[in-house]
This record gives sequence, C-alpha cells and structure tokens, in this order.
Amino acid sequence: MIAMKKGSNTYIFLYASAMVVIVAAVLSLVATILRPYQELNIEIAKKLDILRSVEKADMATEVSDRNAYVEQEYDQYIVESYVINHLGERQDDLDAFTVNLRDELRKPLEQRNLPIFVSRDDDGRRNFIIPVHGRGLWGPIFGYVALEEDYNTIFGVILDHDGETPGLGAEINTPAFENQFKGKKLFDDSGNFVSVRVVKPGTVPPGDHNVDAISGGTITSQGVEEMLEEVLGSYSSYFKNQKNQ
Amino acid sequence: MSKAEREPLFSARNVKLLSTPLNDENPITVQVLGICSALAVTVMLEPAVVLAIAVVAVMGAANVIISLLRKTIPPRIRIIVQLVVIASLVILVDQVLKAFLYDVSRQLSVFVGLIITNCIIMGRLEAFALGNKTWPSFLDGIGNAAGYGWILIVVAFFRELLGSGTLWGYPVIEKLGLYELGYENNGFMILPPMALITVGVIIWVQRSRNRKLIESN
Repeated sequence: MIAMKKGSNTYIFLYASAMVVIVAAVLSLVATILRPYQELNIEIAKKLDILRSVEKADMATEVSDRNAYVEQEYDQYIVESYVINHLGERQDDLDAFTVNLRDELRKPLEQRNLPIFVSRDDDGRRNFIIPVHGRGLWGPIFGYVALEEDYNTIFGVILDHDGETPGLGAEINTPAFENQFKGKKLFDDSGNFVSVRVVKPGTVPPGDHNVDAISGGTITSQGVEEMLEEVLGSYSSYFKNQKNQ
Repeated sequence: MSKAEREPLFSARNVKLLSTPLNDENPITVQVLGICSALAVTVMLEPAVVLAIAVVAVMGAANVIISLLRKTIPPRIRIIVQLVVIASLVILVDQVLKAFLYDVSRQLSVFVGLIITNCIIMGRLEAFALGNKTWPSFLDGIGNAAGYGWILIVVAFFRELLGSGTLWGYPVIEKLGLYELGYENNGFMILPPMALITVGVIIWVQRSRNRKLIESN
C-alpha cells in the first residue's frame, strides 16, 4: 500500500472502494440509530394533524413535553378508527393508522382501503376524520378533513405540503385558508356528491360548495380541489348510506 | 512543517481567513456563487437561518475532512471524493434535522438536500482545503459559509417583511397597524427575481462603502 503510487489505477480503485464502504457504514449506522426518533416524530405529527382537524391539541406549541401531550389528547379524543372499502364494508384486519393513503389512491376504487378516525368531544359530539392526499405543484399535498355527524358538513380541515412555493401555494397550511372550509357541504340539496371547489375569488358567488383559491398559487389550489374530490369521492357512497340511515 | 512554523490559532492570517469572506471576498456578492439557493430559500426568515446554520456545519466539516485526507486523495478522482464527502454530510444533517427538529425539517424539505449543489462548498474544497492545513481550512470553511449565510438572512429579512408582512412568522406589519393606513404587501417580493434584485442592492451598498471592491478601468 505504502509503496503504491498515488496516481496508479490500483490505488484509485482501492481508495474509492474503501471510501464508499466507510461512507455507507457511517450513514447506515446513523440512519439506524436515528430511525426510532424519526418514526416517533412522524407518528406524533400524524396524531397532531388528526387532532388539529377537530380543534384539539391546540396547546401543542406551548407545552414542554409535546409528545406526551399529543399522545394523551389522542387517547382522550380519538375513540375509534376503522378501515372501510368503497361500499362501506368494514375491513377489520387493517389498522387505520398504518394504512398508507397514497398507495391506496393508486389502486382502482374497488380495491381501496379507506381509513376513518372517529373523535368524540367532551359533550359527546362525534366527528369523522378522513385523511386526504393529492398532488400540488412541486410535490404531494395532504391533510385531514373532519366531518360532522351528518357526514356532509365540514367541521375542520388541516392541510400541509412538502414543498409548495413559499408565500404562494405554501399558504394552504395557514388557518386563513383552512378555516374557509368550515361549514362547507360535500353534498348538494338533492343528495349528490359535489365536493368543495377552490375558485378564483369573486368569480363565483360564495356558497356551500366553494372556497377562495390562493392568488399566485393556482396549481396548488387546483391540487387541493382535485384531492378533495378524488379522496372524499371514494368515501361518498359510504357517506350517503350513513346519512340516510 | 517544522515546529518553528507553528503559528497561534488566531494569528492575523487565520483571522483573515475567517473575515475576508464576510466582506471583501463574499461568496455571493463578490464571487457571485451560490446564487441559486439564495433565490430559493429566502422567502421566509426561518428556513434561511436554519439553512445558513446547516451550510456552516457542512462546510466546516467538509473542509476539515478534505484537508485531513488531502495527502491521500488521488488527484484524478478528487472531485468525486469531494462530492461524496459533501453528500454524506448533507445526508447526516438531514437525518439529524428529521430526528430532532422535525418541524423545521418539514419546512426546509428539499432545500437541505440542495446544499449538495451549493457551488461555494465544492469551490472552497477545491481551492483551499485540498492544499491547506486542517485548522486554516476549518476557518476558511465557516468563514465562507458565514459570508453566504449573512447575505441569505439579510435577503430573507427584507423579502419576508416586504412580501408577506411578517418576520419569523410574526405579523409585524399587522401589529404596527400599517394595513389600516392603506399599506399593502408587495407580492413581487415573494417571487425569485426580487431575490436577485435584493442581492443587487446589497452589492451596490457594499461597493459604495468598500473601496477595495471598486474596479479600476
């Protein structure tokens, strides 16, 4: 080794091999050590989003031990979760928390497993929380839609994104945009599923089925609209049945 | 490399390594490197600050590692070696952020990964760390990263204040009551071209105050 010349092919080859092995070892070691922390973060973030869609866990930014607080709120308010198919039949062998909606949405409607989380407030009022997932301009957008007991009125919406344009499309995760959805309806008066449209402000009279888009964030706004229609549409026949019961 | 040559840790020469990139040889305003990320992450202050810190960490460490290895690196694959070192460090930063600063990491998303493409880092490895001792290389690394970082933060400060009316997410303009006086946010500040113009204004101010930067022709 020592006698080997720095420019020789053997030296270069050995050097590169050793470098790759060392780097791979270090990175996989770090990834393995940090994985439990990262998975916990993802789980807590998911629980927090579910809770925020029904206006719970609002102290999460103030408490010192956020993880414990979120777990406690989640155990207290999320009373049930289950998975249905598009006909509304329960899929009892699946855990709603681990169903990956992005993968489900790639399947045809008939094969989708659709998770639902049920929250119960202190006064006994229930909300049905539906995860949503779609495409924005630069990457995925996702969130949770909480419905009231009539399976029609939106109680609250939480949206987030991976990398929409800051100040434009990224504004979908601000309360100003999310709060517009409160009280909007998924079904029209004759009971047909119409979802909620995201429209250019001022072009359509305000109504039960539209909210204002973000100016400058057109593609992201359209992504939100398509996401709601696609995901909630998968659930629509189940909602319809539940409504009529 | 005899002991007689040994110089104090913060000799005038070493301090200069740290300070010239802040002004006389600023990577962004003088060398015009790393402009790409200066456009992308400066819409809001918080991601800009975190990215600046991340770049300081990556650049300091990368310069030290390359400087330690400098006598062993085969010249023909030195660029690849530099890339591997930078990429590994960036992945480390990304993993650590995901584990301990999850919210910030979600905000920065792809921008952390984009540190790899920051031409300043590779430029300093190639130009300095490959031919210098470890300590000066470290100073050169954090000096240049800081020179990059402070421009980033200044640009983000003005873009967030004028574009969104907030600072670090806090609604400054609203609290000052300027909206009631008819003030409106300048939506143009949010778009990438205004980052270039803001950098241009910084260059203008800097050149008007620093005589060394004025070209004679």
